[in-house]
Amino acid sequence: MSQLSADKLSVAFAGLKALSDVDLTITPGLITGLIGPNGAGKTTLVNVLTGFQTPTGGAVSLDTASAKLNLSGLKPYEIRRRGIARTFQGGRLFRDLAVIDNLEVTGVGLGQSRSKARAEAAAMLDWIGIGALQNRIAGTLPYTDERRVAIGRALIGKPDYILLDEPAAGMSGPEAADLAALIRRIAAEIGCGVLLIEHNVGLVLSLCDHIVVLDSGVVIETGVPASIRVSEKVRHAYMGTAAETNLPVLEVLA
Amino acid sequence: MQTLFDALSLGSLYALGALGIALIFGVMRLVNFAHGDVISFSIFGLLWPSVDAVAIVFAGELPWFLLIPFVLAMGAGLSVLSEIIVFRRFRRANPATMMIASFALGFVIRYFLLMLFSSRPKSISLLPALSQPVEILGARIPLLQVITIAATIAILFALTAFLKRTRFGLEMRAAAENFTMARMLGVRANRVIMGAFALSGALAAAIGLILAAQTGTVDIQMGASVMLMAFIATVIGGLGSLPGAVLAGFLLGAASVVMQTVLPIDARPFRDAFVYGAVILVLIFRPQGLIAARGTKERV
Repeated sequence: MSQLSADKLSVAFAGLKALSDVDLTITPGLITGLIGPNGAGKTTLVNVLTGFQTPTGGAVSLDTASAKLNLSGLKPYEIRRRGIARTFQGGRLFRDLAVIDNLEVTGVGLGQSRSKARAEAAAMLDWIGIGALQNRIAGTLPYTDERRVAIGRALIGKPDYILLDEPAAGMSGPEAADLAALIRRIAAEIGCGVLLIEHNVGLVLSLCDHIVVLDSGVVIETGVPASIRVSEKVRHAYMGTAAETNLPVLEVLA
Repeated sequence: MQTLFDALSLGSLYALGALGIALIFGVMRLVNFAHGDVISFSIFGLLWPSVDAVAIVFAGELPWFLLIPFVLAMGAGLSVLSEIIVFRRFRRANPATMMIASFALGFVIRYFLLMLFSSRPKSISLLPALSQPVEILGARIPLLQVITIAATIAILFALTAFLKRTRFGLEMRAAAENFTMARMLGVRANRVIMGAFALSGALAAAIGLILAAQTGTVDIQMGASVMLMAFIATVIGGLGSLPGAVLAGFLLGAASVVMQTVLPIDARPFRDAFVYGAVILVLIFRPQGLIAARGTKERV
């Protein structure tokens, strides 16, 4: 079976352990949630999975139907070309470029011809439902549209896996609900394995098939939403840092 | 009328120079102070080494449609070579280090020319047909000025089309805005950087050609004054912003020419001081430049 997996990943920054022996599996077509208090190591984990950060221990591997690839040591674009895409906190689009150019340059970076990249970019914007925005300069977009463009950019080339780093940050309730619908379609229609990092725990609990809880670089709990919801360990991790965490988290967990 | 053409043709030179600097700054955060020496070099590439006062132009017999590409190729070649030999090694260095390296490279090029040609200005007659005046709306304008302006506008359109329409242009625009991100997406970094250097060098060569044809002399310092103004244009245009560089180049050219005509006679020798004063005012009120480039912040 195809899957993207982290095996005993560790990252240490000058003595500080950002991740210790983290195991994680992402499966195509399923949505995996990654939650944890601030500083738990969630973004670090995504950085390691996508080649932005070299782990100090452990390995990342990609199982496909035919082979098992070790991804450790590959550069970000090499990992992207193997079908693992990501978004960044805050979107990080090319702000001076038109929306469609943002997607197109990704296709070109993946080695497509310009005309093919353009056609796919236009089709992708339509699929997301923001086809009307294609000629807008990315830097002028409202926040939520910027996020959707960033997701569109990550979906260029039909990756097998997509890692979303806080896609709903700063969104209102209805906006987050729209985003949730989009994420479901990504898993169901494109068949991506989705890793969703979110502070909005309510969104994660309602959307994910499987959830991993990280605290201080250690996986403290894994399971289906129903079991995470009632987990004492998870509640404790969030309670312990309640001062920095959004309060809705507690309401949902309680 | 004459003033307008003077302003436009001087502005053209500054705009082309600023564009060459902004292109490289965009992709590498490098302020290339060797740019002025590339300007000089591309013209000296036409000459046999000699210390005579009259330049021995070995390529001078070439018809213009071969001469121009030859000079442009000379500039592009030197520029690409400087990226391969020098700047590539500083890819990860901080901008100040790269800037110092560019100064050093500039000195190397200048002293290389000094060795072969001495510091004496040489008279040269390139494309003499172009010094004929033409009449436009009652004013007698040197044909060369008209061509300079027309060529600059053509270059600007061609460059815009190139950046907008071609795959390479798309990659370059993305890389200019956020190099790290472009690289992560698989944009071919080395090719984009070499392309930027080649374009920048060709633009420098175009300036050299225009200067030599305009003044009828070449000297190894000839690029330096244009380089200085062009650098200022890139700063007030908003470092890294190509439209800003062009706009500021034309504004600077206009400011210089206008001040030359409106300042009292006694103040004219200090024209540049007034121009720089205006530059300071612009920077006080718009420190980010006229058209700020948005991607100048980088973070991973």
